[in-house]
Parts: sequence; C-alpha cells; structure tokens
Amino acid sequence: MIKSTKPKNPFAILDNAQKKKGKEKYLLRLYISGITPRSTTAIERVKRICEERLAGRYDLEVVDIYQQPLLAKSEQIIAAPTLLKKLPLPLRRIIGDMSNEDRVVLGLDLQPLQ
Amino acid sequence: METNDIMAKQKNLDQLQKTPTGIRGLDEIANGGLPKGRTALVCGNAGCGKTILAMEFIARGALDFGEPGVFIAFEETPEELEKNFLSLGFDLKKLVARKMIAVDYVYIERSEIEETGSYDLDGLFIRLEHAIDSVGAKRVVLDTLEVLFAGLSDAAILRAELRRLFRWLKQKGVTAIVTGERGQGMLTRYGLEEYVADCVILLDLRVQEQIATRRLRVVKYRGSKHGADEYPFLIDEHGLSILPLSSLSLNHQASSKRISAGNARLDRMLDGKGYFRGSTVLVSGTAGAGKSSLAAAFVLSACQRGERALYFAFEESPAQIMRNMNSIGLDLEPMVRKGLLKFQAARPSLHGLEMHLVTMHKAVDEFQPAVVVLDPISNLVAVATVTEGKSMLTRLIDFLKCDGITALFTDLIHGGAPLETTNEEISSLIDTWISLRDMEVNGERNRGLQIIKSRGMAHSNQIREFLLTRKGIDLLDVYLGPAGVLTGSARVAQEAEEKAETLVQQQQRVRKQHEWRRKRLSLERQMAELRAQSEMEAEEERQIGAQDEALAKTFARNRNALANLRGTDQFVSRNGKGRK
Repeated sequence: MIKSTKPKNPFAILDNAQKKKGKEKYLLRLYISGITPRSTTAIERVKRICEERLAGRYDLEVVDIYQQPLLAKSEQIIAAPTLLKKLPLPLRRIIGDMSNEDRVVLGLDLQPLQ
Repeated sequence: METNDIMAKQKNLDQLQKTPTGIRGLDEIANGGLPKGRTALVCGNAGCGKTILAMEFIARGALDFGEPGVFIAFEETPEELEKNFLSLGFDLKKLVARKMIAVDYVYIERSEIEETGSYDLDGLFIRLEHAIDSVGAKRVVLDTLEVLFAGLSDAAILRAELRRLFRWLKQKGVTAIVTGERGQGMLTRYGLEEYVADCVILLDLRVQEQIATRRLRVVKYRGSKHGADEYPFLIDEHGLSILPLSSLSLNHQASSKRISAGNARLDRMLDGKGYFRGSTVLVSGTAGAGKSSLAAAFVLSACQRGERALYFAFEESPAQIMRNMNSIGLDLEPMVRKGLLKFQAARPSLHGLEMHLVTMHKAVDEFQPAVVVLDPISNLVAVATVTEGKSMLTRLIDFLKCDGITALFTDLIHGGAPLETTNEEISSLIDTWISLRDMEVNGERNRGLQIIKSRGMAHSNQIREFLLTRKGIDLLDVYLGPAGVLTGSARVAQEAEEKAETLVQQQQRVRKQHEWRRKRLSLERQMAELRAQSEMEAEEERQIGAQDEALAKTFARNRNALANLRGTDQFVSRNGKGRK
C-alpha cells in the first residue's frame, strides 16, 4: 500500500485508484473444453489462487464451451482453458493450464507475493 | 475388355472431385475448381485480393451452387466484412439471415492475453464447428489464420493445433480456403504451406512502369492438371475475373458470311461484299488519315443492321467521338441510346496491358457485341514493350475470333515509317488490312485508301481517294497523271480538263455530222435528177415503141384491106393464126 503524505497531490485520481486497489470485486469466467486433465488442473489452480488472493471478493464461473458454443463466440474464446477477467477492467484473457502462477497473477492485475 | 473397364472405373474413382468456385476463370485454370473436401491455401502480399477471392468463393457457393459456407474473419469486424461483401454485390446480412452463410469474427488482441502454460485452440474449433453445423456448410474460409501467430506466442502449440485444424477440416469434408500473407522467401510468413498439401494459389500485385497488375498462379495442385501460367485478374464490382487467355488455340470457326465495311464503295473493293464476319481488320494510317472515321462508319452500319457494337476508345472520350463523327454525317448517338452501341473509353495508362485485356474480355462477355473496334491499338500498346503488345493483341484476336466477333483495329503510323509495317508487328495476324495515307501533292494533303491485303477474297488493287464529306465517307477513283496519282484539286483540274476535251471532241463530231449530211443530201439530189432523167428517157422509149406498133398495125390493116381488095387469102390465114 502506498500512502500519500502531501495534502495537495496532483495525481489524486491515480492515488484514489491505487487506494481502491485490493477492494474491487472480481468477475471471472473460466472457459474449459470438456473435462480433460488440463481442464481440471486449470480449475484447481484458478480456484486456489482466487482463495489465496481474492477471498470474499470474487465471482468465478466455470463454463464448458462444448456445452455453450455461442458463449465462446460472443466472448471471443479461441483457446482453452481461458480465464476471462471481465471485471475489474481492463479485460484480460489468461490462457493455458495456469501452470505459470506468476503470469496468472500478472494477468489478474494483482501484486506478486513477496 | 474387362480389365479396360475396371481400369476406367478405377480412373474415375481416383479422379479428384472438384468444388467449383464460381469465380470467373478460376475454375478453368484449376480444371473444375478447388479440391473437394480439402483445404486450399491462397497466399499473397497485402492488398492483392486474397480476402475478396475467399469471399467470392463463399458467396458464389451459397448463391450459385447451393452450398452454404462459413466465413471466419480474423482481421475484419462484422461491419467491415459486410461492407466488403456489399462491394462485390453480395448482401451478407440477407445471406446470413437465410442461413446460407455463417460468419464468425475472431478477435485476438495480444495485449489482453496472458499465456500461462499449455493450451489448445478448442475455442476456435468449437466455434468453427458450431458455425459449420448451424448452416450445414460445405465451404469454409479462414481469413487469415496468421493472425493467430501474431496474437499467441507459443509457436509449438500453434503449429500442432494448426495441423490438427487442417486434419479436422478434412474430416469434416468441407472445402476450405485459408489465406496467408506472403513471407520472405516463403509463400507465407508463418509457413502455412507446410500444412496445405493439396492446392496452393498465389496472388500477386506487381507494379511495372507505375502500372499495377494483379496476377494469379496455381503454384501447386496435387492430383489435378491446372494452368501453370500467371494469369492477370481484375477485381471490380462483380468480384474477380481471371482470364485463362494463353490457353486459346487456333481452332476457331471461319465464317463465310460477309459484313459491310460501312461504305458501299469500299464493299465493292472487297470483292463486292465487305469483310468476312469474324475476321480481323486493321486500318492503319498516319495522323488524320481518317482511321476513326472509317471505324465509325463500320460501327454505324453494324448498328443499322441491328447488331451490337462495342467501341473501345483509347484516345478520345465517347462524347468527343460522337461530336466529331456527327460532323461527317455519322450520327452515332441514337445507336448509343438504343443500346446497340457501347463506348468504353479508358486511357491506356489507366492500367497495364494485361489488365486492359481482362477488361476488354469482360466487356465483350457482358455486352456480346457482333462488332468490336479498338481505336487505336498503337496508343494502347505504347504502355508496354513490343513483345508484350504483340502477345496481348494475339490473345485478344484469338478470343474475338473464337466468339465470331468482327474486329476492327486502328493503328497510327508515324510519319516516315514505311506503310507496310505496323508498330505492333501484328500484320501477320490481320485478315484484312486497309492502309489510309496522306498524299501530299501540289501544296495540299489528300487522303488515299488502299487494301494491302484481304485474306480469302479477290479484292481491288486500286488506290481510291478517300473523302470525308458532310454526308459521310466517299471513295473516288484517283487519276493517274504524269506525276503519279492525282487527288484533291489536281483531280478536279484533271476532271475539268477532260471535260473540256470532250466538249471539243463533241463539237467536232457535230460539225462533221453536218458536213456528212450536206454531202449526202447533195448526192441524193443528184441521184434524183439522174433518176428523173432516166425515167424521162424510158417514157420516150415507151412512146416511140407505141408509135411504132400503132404504125405497124395501121400498116397491117392497110395491107389486109389491100389484100382483100386484091382477093388473096394468103396473108389473112397467116396473120389470123398468129393473132389467135
């Protein structure tokens, strides 16, 4: 957390955004294609990261695109698995089996753990 | 016998089935179309028409062949795609609404994507499958898959997935086109050609002498024969037109029908009947010799017979031609209004020679004329080399002949060049060659016309004076004087002289006739006199004879009387016998 010490900060908006950080709700969708080992690994890993970093302020939905191909079209999914961060903006697509956790965290716009 | 049958059947089975593209000319080159149920790669540089070709494949499939299609656009938004289809005259919205085409727009933004380990492209596969199933597609276009390489960094996964995609497409039994951007030293930047083994079509846009020409070449077509050349093509509001022009051969029909050259006198010079229908006529001449006028007269006469004529003008605008021809009494405008005459005017430098050929080919196909005029070919061919020009004209002539179209080319010869040469060296391709030339004598310039050759007919070997009058074209005999042929005022002078001479001769004759009549009259008078004299003499003779007889009678009577008196019968019996 960065604290602002000066009362008249020209970058107030930026600071406000920084303050808000860590409080926004996350709207996440995980698109998988059938129950494959890769899908299950991805589900597990996403769930774990969310619980560790976003406990209580995330909404994760898992969608099988085989069941809902139209959703794949409207959400512009090309790869599977894809974790779609719909909120907070900007929109991000995190594709792969989530084995590279640093990149998942980066994609979710979270601070890496020390 | 049986083995032969089996082998023939086997051959049929082996023969690759084709999916016609419906694109003008492409099916001829590809010998029927793209390989059915397989994937073809269309590659080329940016802006060379890959997407248009793919779009037309889909749209024509849906409209002309009843084969629904799927268009997966990686580069364009749905709005852009709609506009692009509309530019070719296809209403994408309607086609989609009628379930003839399914469209999916694949959006890949690198900055949004974070790659975290292994993945597959199931999202794409599922969307593709859904699109295919929703319309029962037989045709698929992926334009262009290479966007995937720009959006995703794991090339190993991509390559594996692409291989899977092409296999999957084959399994689906759809005929597909994938497009790819031309790469350095490779057909495509990311080597898509590695995956597509069946058919590769290369498009090219080349600029030569500041003129751009699009060309198409079938680089590879496994299991099918195909035209291997580069074919120029055209993109316009009706899509692509590719012309397999070099595949023409010399087996066109030769008509023995005749067609008027547009002037009765000229027809008489051409064996009395004019040109052969379907022949090629060259009218060559120096500037201002009347080439265009001769062409216009030819066109007008065709239109007056109710035939359609197409006039390619490379120097003047249609309005200018019509105005100018009006001044010599050739009114072309009503024919244009009736739809019998069509002008197609273009600057030769508008596009390359091949492109001109394609445009002309297309215009002829659409208008179906009986008569075509190119005015002038010298200007048209000037944008290219002599060889290119000759090759282009050869193909044009072949094409027109195959369609039985009578063509008239005008050719400007530059002053000083011998009359029996053309700049384009095409004289050997020409059936009838009319040379117009200026004859400069006695400080004036007059036009002369001669037929250098005319295949298959007894044509006049005479030079005629070629007059452009307010009432049209006129051909006159030329006078041969001591200084050669006489035209213009020299001819008029000669005519006057001859007239005077005839007058003198006539007067002499009249005088002589008078003399003869006088002589004859005097002779007749003499003859009458003589006759009268002879008649007089004859009368005299007759009178004397009568007197003699009367005298003799009197004498006999007297003697008889005397004899009676004397009592003799000697004279009486004798005379009495003679009198009875």
